[in-house]
Amino acid sequence: MTPGQRLSVTVNGTERGLAGTDPATNALDWLRGQGLTGAKEGCAEGECGACAVLVARPDGGSGTEWTAVNACLVPAASLDGQEVVTAEGLGTPDHLHPVQHEMAVRGGSQCGYCTPGFVCSMAAEYYRADRQDDTARVGSDAHESGPNGFRLGALSGNLCRCTGYRPIRDAAFALASPAADDVLALRRSDAPRPPVGTRLSGDTGTYARAADLDEALDLLTDHPDAVVVAGSTDWGVDVSLRGARARFVIGIDRLPELRRVEVGDDAVEIGAALTLTELERELAGRIPLLDQVFPQFASRLIRNGATLGGNVGTASPIGDLPPALLALEAVVVLASPDGDRQVPLADYWTGYRQSVRRPDELIRAVRIPLPLSPTTAFHKIAKRRYDDISSVAVAVALDVVDGSVRRARIGLGGVAATPVRALATEAALEGRAWTTSTVQAAAEVMRGEGTPLDDHRASAAYRSAVLGTSLLRVLADEQPERRVDA
Amino acid sequence: MTTLSRQPADPVVGQPIPHESATLHVTGAALYTDDLSVRTHGVLHAHPVQAPHAHAHVTRLDPTAALTVPGVVRVLTAADVPGVNDAGVKHDEPLFPSEVMFFGHAVCWVLADTLEAARLGALAVEVDYEPLPSIVGVREAIEAGSFQGGQPRLERGAVDDAFVAADHVFSGELDLAGQEHFYLETHCSLAHVDEGGQVFVQSSTQHPTETQQIVAHVLGLASHAVTVQCLRMGGGFGGKEMQPHGYAAVAALGAVLTGRPVRLRLTRTQDLTMTGKRHGFHAQWRAAFDGDGRIQALDATLTSDGGWSLDLSEPVLARALCHVDNAYWIPHLRVDGRIALTHKTSQTAFRGFGGPQGMLVIEDVLGRCAPLLGIDPVELRRRNFYTAGQETPYGQVVRHPERAVACWDQVRTTGELAERSVAIAAFNASHEHTKRAVAVTPVKFGISFNFTAFNQAGALVHVYKDGSVLITHGGTEMGQGLHTKMLQVAATSLAVPLSLVRLAPTRTDKVPNTSATAASSGADLNGAAVKDACEQILDRLRAVAAARLGVPGEDVRFEDGHARAAAEAPGASAASGASGASGEAEVAWADLVSEAYYQRVQLWAAGFYRTEGLHWDSTTMHGSPFKYYSYGAAAAEVEVDGFTGAYRLRRVDIVHDVGDSLSPLVDVGQVEGGFVQGAGWLTLEDLRWDDSTGSSRGRLATASASTYKLPSFSEMPEVFNVALLERATEDGVVYGSKAVGEPPLMLAISVREALRQAAAAFGPAGTQVDLASPATPEAVFWAVQQARGAGQPPHTVAVVREGSEGVGVAPERADPDGHPLRPHSEQVAAGRGD
Repeated sequence: MTPGQRLSVTVNGTERGLAGTDPATNALDWLRGQGLTGAKEGCAEGECGACAVLVARPDGGSGTEWTAVNACLVPAASLDGQEVVTAEGLGTPDHLHPVQHEMAVRGGSQCGYCTPGFVCSMAAEYYRADRQDDTARVGSDAHESGPNGFRLGALSGNLCRCTGYRPIRDAAFALASPAADDVLALRRSDAPRPPVGTRLSGDTGTYARAADLDEALDLLTDHPDAVVVAGSTDWGVDVSLRGARARFVIGIDRLPELRRVEVGDDAVEIGAALTLTELERELAGRIPLLDQVFPQFASRLIRNGATLGGNVGTASPIGDLPPALLALEAVVVLASPDGDRQVPLADYWTGYRQSVRRPDELIRAVRIPLPLSPTTAFHKIAKRRYDDISSVAVAVALDVVDGSVRRARIGLGGVAATPVRALATEAALEGRAWTTSTVQAAAEVMRGEGTPLDDHRASAAYRSAVLGTSLLRVLADEQPERRVDA
Repeated sequence: MTTLSRQPADPVVGQPIPHESATLHVTGAALYTDDLSVRTHGVLHAHPVQAPHAHAHVTRLDPTAALTVPGVVRVLTAADVPGVNDAGVKHDEPLFPSEVMFFGHAVCWVLADTLEAARLGALAVEVDYEPLPSIVGVREAIEAGSFQGGQPRLERGAVDDAFVAADHVFSGELDLAGQEHFYLETHCSLAHVDEGGQVFVQSSTQHPTETQQIVAHVLGLASHAVTVQCLRMGGGFGGKEMQPHGYAAVAALGAVLTGRPVRLRLTRTQDLTMTGKRHGFHAQWRAAFDGDGRIQALDATLTSDGGWSLDLSEPVLARALCHVDNAYWIPHLRVDGRIALTHKTSQTAFRGFGGPQGMLVIEDVLGRCAPLLGIDPVELRRRNFYTAGQETPYGQVVRHPERAVACWDQVRTTGELAERSVAIAAFNASHEHTKRAVAVTPVKFGISFNFTAFNQAGALVHVYKDGSVLITHGGTEMGQGLHTKMLQVAATSLAVPLSLVRLAPTRTDKVPNTSATAASSGADLNGAAVKDACEQILDRLRAVAAARLGVPGEDVRFEDGHARAAAEAPGASAASGASGASGEAEVAWADLVSEAYYQRVQLWAAGFYRTEGLHWDSTTMHGSPFKYYSYGAAAAEVEVDGFTGAYRLRRVDIVHDVGDSLSPLVDVGQVEGGFVQGAGWLTLEDLRWDDSTGSSRGRLATASASTYKLPSFSEMPEVFNVALLERATEDGVVYGSKAVGEPPLMLAISVREALRQAAAAFGPAGTQVDLASPATPEAVFWAVQQARGAGQPPHTVAVVREGSEGVGVAPERADPDGHPLRPHSEQVAAGRGD
């Protein structure tokens, strides 16, 4: 960062300065303060998507992907040097963007309040480079994928209270390919602007983005009480809903050292600052258990910001990845000025939102040991299929050799103050024949794992009950029911 | 047919046009109230101080510390109110309360230069409370005898005798949940003072006139000194019928006291914790059937959870009582209604306005009793439909009951019910862990405000010298497409192209004394008023045109943007556009208007409409409160996972009666959106209040979007077919149309009944299950467990067959591990129940 450098964001092609913006101000309030009131606040916690905007982000290769994010969650300062497009920038009432046209003519808007956010999420999927290559899906999710390759999951983070969604789906499935002269489509072939070092100070404190890992660690040493923020999908909620303010925030979401996937002989090492969306793309099916988690992890808008490191680092008992990472026996790699150290994930959390991470350490990566267990399952129990918080989450990794369970690793979320391993259940399975009677006995043990709570998401009795049925379901899925045409 | 309902040739109404603001919506150019505040200079921001008790006296309130917070300008308290310290029409809602009546009740408001300063100022206000005993649940209120308002009884026939004579008598209870509106746009008002003390409030309100009234009485002003405007709302659903007034009044009070514009916008959590919701109900019932499953009698007590103030609870309860029959003839009926006073938000209007709750009771009765009667639920429902000439329990003749049958038959045919039932049976036979079911339920919903006086509307239509038309009416736009329909009505009435007509925002200084845009009546009432105004103008233009065309006035025909002589007019040839002997062939609209101006003809008109033929006695609960009934039928198919209770909505078919649709794209959108919203109420949306005895007693535990879940894309039916009933002209309503806003919500009861049937399919044939409401995956899981013989679901009370198991022996909160399912043999129809 050069002192005195002008902080700015390019919005809809126009550079807008960030001077005078408080570091706690989120991108939504900043955009609205600029007069760009298309993006709306519906919830201020990344649940409704009414604030969605497009950001130019790396596409995994050398180009740009238009990525939809919740503007209510990210600090405006974190967009310094980046390119943003809002609903206003996609088109005007007289010159509608193709997404806007389809939404308008098909009755995709009623009250219209959620619509600019839907339009941005839909535009991101419209511009997804490999959309048209998606072959038609079959099976129970066929209705969630359009003939044009459009995946409805792209809209999983947008809520509409008026339409019932059918016309929005029809609009999405009617989209053609971008025109040859579509400016935003053409923009994809060039790289996004590189991340810049940023420092913005205001009444509440300072936002600082380090240029590299060493600078980030130096900042952390100088500010041991700093809040470390990547996608801001958790911290952003604390700021907006709970009035949290930090004297010092360190943005680590673009650190190149934290954004790599390395596949070795004995482990896959995943950079902590890769977003869930990037991770899904980079892993390309290499870890099947995680592939079961991704579509159930919050929404596309959240996955475009949330990172592996953040999901581990917040030490929440109800994160979606931790049960799976526990079942995979993941190891956390912590970086500090003294170098790296590795901590098995099962030892990482020490209590509710507590961990062994020292104030001068950053989560640099998570290592998944190889080889992987061949039989895996992830069951998230929640009220809603898209974008909900689990009542209970169960991840299972089994080695069944010659009909007998050689190894069982089970991670649980939502049953204790931290994510936990179901050690008693694992013991009840290991060394035994993989049969209904073994599984039924183990399911009884599983029912007693942890100390589930009664709360607004579920009763303790239900949580315990579905812990037990979860193993039975793994068995049933291994022995599919006879199918009939229906 | 009445002239009101007759359509001309090639009308603009009936065309499937997009929402009038669609292009503004999709580009972010449409303005909502809070978008105006960033365009306004010098705005102050308001933030509440919310009490952390369900019930308490405020013993001290000291704003001194708040005033030292940089940016804080003023703290508004009761002492600042120049008029009446009340935000409701029942005078039981102090704007600045001395007694906290619910957790989160705002005791004062802080105004500051920034929202952040206002928030910090609110944290600095010192308030001392003396906690008082509180009542949180409706069952607690019943036990404590804590009620408010009237306790109406709807009664017909010889109920007690009918129970004695019946073949089967069942009794049961049902706790049905409330619902948060969750309009995407939270409550918002922006107030400033014009010159001369005139107060101007922009508000996200469904009822600008009442907002105006409340602002005026809080400020101690006459109504003519207050103007309220609503550009549009980001959703309303009834939640902005009564609730906006207090917030508008706080903003207006702040503007008057500081001289600066004041913006009051609730955060989502403030909105969830402070504003009213759909009433949850407790229902206790006995039902008598004859040997063929015909309902003989219903005796029920419905207790709504009214929250802390009366609000709209009385009319909501009245509508619940008037819809407990749904589409069914119940010869002998006695239903008592009560409103619980609880320490919760003041429950209020919500799409359906008690109708859904009343209807759910009878559908729950039928769904639970069908297996006990040994009758297929589709057949049981159909067998009990109203037939021509029958009256509702409140004495209104049921007009067009054959339309309910038409919807029912059509949905069963187009929904391929017969074929799918076979396929579902085969699927269930071959799947141990997954079961499917399809259920069909009807809707009959009365249209009109129960309170007769509200059934009036006004409109203002301006024709400018260039021929362009500007309309204003008393209704508000919340996404339901009312403005779109009004534009179509005006273009049809004036016989001009739609492009000539514009619509100006709803304001109290344009059309006064309006009714709330509510009760699905917006298009019926305002459409007739717009049409009236247009026809007044046409009548004046007729004379001008007659002179130009050389025909008598009665032979002037307005069509297609022109005045022409009727083909059969004297002196006119058969050819279109023929004229009188001395006249022109046709006169274009703009020419005609211009000429009329020079002839000093008035080119604007105020239209008015009142619904005739309504009468209602709220004391005896008797009369004909409704102009007509809306009908519909839905078939919903679900698939339930036995491991978790999770389910998916595989297919929904709907046939719904909207008369001759004014705007089919809009109407289909209302049907689909209402259905999904209703499905949310019945399956997913789960308001949870802390009913412990701890310090957070009374707190709403689901006070954010992450804990209160609306339907998302994953809850949309995978196949969703909606048809509007054809040949359904409604006589006596504008262009033969019918209201559409509320009725489709109740079609979603089909989803709940399908879930019940799918859960039952995990047990032996004929299994009866009790399903909690909302039917969350957990609730369905317990219903599955019940079907499997593992006990009765929690939060439900079993149906009791009287005479075989005794009356009222069911536990209030059953133990899921106990209370085995009653034996199958008792489900055989076993002669007289008592």
